[in-house]
Amino acid sequence: MDDKTKFSGTDNYIATEDLMVAVNAAVTLERPLLIKGEPGTGKTVLAHEVAKALNKNIIEWHIKSTTKAQQGLYEYDAVSRLRDSQLGEERVHDIANYIQRGKLWDAFMADEQVVLLIDEIDKADIEFPNDLLLELDRMEFFVYETQERIKAKQRPIVIITSNNEKELPDAFLRRCFFHYIRFPDLETMAQIVEVHHPKLKKNLLSEALKSFFEVRDVPGLKKKPSTSELLDWIKLLVVEDIPPEALKLSDKKDIIPPLHGALLKNEQDVHLFERLAFLAKRETRN
Amino acid sequence: MFSTFFYSLKKAEIPVSLKEYLTFLDAVKQGVADYSINDFYYLSRASLVKDERHIDRFDQVFGHCFKGLEVLDDLFGTDIPAEWLKTMAELHLTPEEMEKIESLGGWDELMETLKKRLEEQKKRHQGGNKWIGTGGKSPFGANGYNPEGVRIGQESGRSGRAVKVWDKREYKNLDDTVEIGIRNIKVALRKLRRFAREGAPDELDLSDTIRSTARNGGFLDLKMVPERHNAVNVLLFFDVGGSMDPYIKLTEELFSAARSEFKHLEYFYFHNCPYEAMWKDNKRRHVEKIPTWEVLHTYGSNYKCIFVGDASMSPYEISVAGGSVEHMNPEPGTVWIQRLKSHFDRCVWLNPTQEKYWRYTRSIEMIEELVDGKMFPLTVGGLDSAIQELKS
Repeated sequence: MDDKTKFSGTDNYIATEDLMVAVNAAVTLERPLLIKGEPGTGKTVLAHEVAKALNKNIIEWHIKSTTKAQQGLYEYDAVSRLRDSQLGEERVHDIANYIQRGKLWDAFMADEQVVLLIDEIDKADIEFPNDLLLELDRMEFFVYETQERIKAKQRPIVIITSNNEKELPDAFLRRCFFHYIRFPDLETMAQIVEVHHPKLKKNLLSEALKSFFEVRDVPGLKKKPSTSELLDWIKLLVVEDIPPEALKLSDKKDIIPPLHGALLKNEQDVHLFERLAFLAKRETRN
Repeated sequence: MFSTFFYSLKKAEIPVSLKEYLTFLDAVKQGVADYSINDFYYLSRASLVKDERHIDRFDQVFGHCFKGLEVLDDLFGTDIPAEWLKTMAELHLTPEEMEKIESLGGWDELMETLKKRLEEQKKRHQGGNKWIGTGGKSPFGANGYNPEGVRIGQESGRSGRAVKVWDKREYKNLDDTVEIGIRNIKVALRKLRRFAREGAPDELDLSDTIRSTARNGGFLDLKMVPERHNAVNVLLFFDVGGSMDPYIKLTEELFSAARSEFKHLEYFYFHNCPYEAMWKDNKRRHVEKIPTWEVLHTYGSNYKCIFVGDASMSPYEISVAGGSVEHMNPEPGTVWIQRLKSHFDRCVWLNPTQEKYWRYTRSIEMIEELVDGKMFPLTVGGLDSAIQELKS
C-alpha cells in the first residue's frame, strides 16, 4: 500500500493503531466500516478526519427514526407531480423531473471517490440495514420510475456509525469491517487533549486528566463523562483560568471538581458527588 | 491458510462466516496487515468480529491459535498443556533464571507443583504467597517477585517485555455472558416494541392519497394517518427489601432501562410475595398502600406483566394465610399470584439469583410452578427469553 492512501490520524484526531488498521482495510477492500463505541468517543468525527486525511469530499447521511433506506437512493415526488398535472405544467411529462436524488446516489455519481458517512444507523427501523445490503455490496441500484441503473463510478469509502440501540442484522454485519472505539486510556487521552488544546500548561493537563479519570471511576455514576465532555471542561478551565492546584481532589476537602457542570450531565450524579463531598468533609473534621 | 484459526473461532461460538473469512484473506493478500503481528491481530479482529461482546472471546482464541499463550479456561476447561507452559517459560526466562529454577528442584518438579496448585485452586487470586494469581510471591502467576516464577497471563507495562495486545483482555466486560448493564437491558427490552398507529392523524399517507386521488378523478384528495408509536404496555412488580438488597443495583438498572423504553410503564413494589396490597413509594409503604384488586381492575389484560424478585422466602409466606413476615395476610400468596396470572395474558418472573442455585430454595421452585415455569434469570440471555415469552 502506498502512503497516500493510508490513514494514520490527522493533526487534530488521534487514531489508535487498531483503528488505523481497520480504516485501511476498509479503504483497500472498498468495504463499509462499521464503528461502534461509547457516546462521545469520536465516531462521527472519524469520517470527517478520514476524508480530510485522504483528501476526499464527504457526503453525510444522518439517520433518524423515520428514515427509510429508499430515501438514501432516491425519492419519487408523486405529490408534486400530481399537483403539476392539475396545473397543466409542461414538465409533468418527464418523470425524471420528480426524482430526487438521495445521498447514496450523490456518492455513486461523484467524479472522484468520496467518503460517505451513514451516521447512527441504529436509529432507523430494524429492517433499514437489510434494505441497503445489495446497494452497499455492489454499489449499484435500479430506478424503477425511469428504468435506469445507477452504478458507482468509484466505490465510495463508507463509514457507518452505531450507538448500539438496535442489534444489526448478521447479513449486514458480514459485509462490513468492524471497529469498537474503546474509551481512551490516560496516555491516549493526553494526546487527544494535546491536539485540541496545544498550549495547555503541563501540570494543569495532568491534574485535569487525573481528576477526570477519578470522576469516571466513581461507582454509581449514571452517565460517565466522555472525551467530548473532557474537552469542553478543559476549555472552560482555560477560559476561567483555574489554577492546577484547585483540581487536586486528593486533599478531600472539596471532592467536586470546579465547573463540574461540563462533566456531570445528570442531577442525580451531582447529588452523588455532593453526598460524597459531605462525607469526606465529616471525615476530615473527625 | 488460517483454517484452524477460523474453526477455532467457530468452536468458541463467535459467529464467523465464509464471506468474512474470504474478506480477511483478501485483506491479508493486499498487504493491509504489513507483516506486523499486531496489525495482523487488528485486521483479523476488524474483519472477523462484528460485535464488541465477542471481542474478548476472540482475543482468547487468537492468543491460543497464534501463540498458545492464553488459557482458554472458559472454553476448554482448566487443563494447561505442560508443553506450552514450558515454551512460555522459555520465552520469558533468561538462562540465569532458568538456572535458578533448578534450585527449586528443576522443571518437572515445578510443573508438577503447578499442576497440583491448579487443581487445588479454583478462583482467581491476587497477592499471597501460595496460590496462582497476580502480584504474589508464589512461583506461579503474573507480576510476582519470585525469580523462578512462571508467568500466567501478563499485564502491559509492568513486565517491560513485548506486550501482547490480545493478552490484555480489554474487552472482557463487554462479553454479554458476563455482565448485564443498562445498555444490554435496553437492547433486550427493545425487542418488545410493537408499533401501532394511534392518536391524531398528522402524517401524510401517500399510498392512500394516491389511491383516493385516482378514485376522485385526478383531483387531489389528501389522506392522513397518525404517527407510529410503541403500543406495548408494561407493568412491573418489584420485590424490595430483605433478601433483595444485594440486587438493588441490578433492578435499578432494569427499571431505568425500562423507564426510557416504554411510554406506558407502571410499576409497583411488594415484599417477597405479592399479597392484597402493593405500594408505589417505598418510603411510605405503610401509609400509601394500593389494593391489588385496584391494580387488577385498572390495568387491562393486554398489559405485559413482569415480576422481579428473588423468590427466596419461607414456603409459608407463599402457601399459608397469615404467613407474611410483615403483616397479617387474610389470603395466601398463591391465591394472589394466581389472580394476577389469570388476569394478565402474559406474565414472567425475572429472578436475579443465579439459575444454578434455584433448585436449592424451595420457595423458588414453588413460585416457578405458580407462574407455569415462566421464571427467567436476570441476565441478558434470560431477559431475551422472557421477552420472547411476553411477545408470543
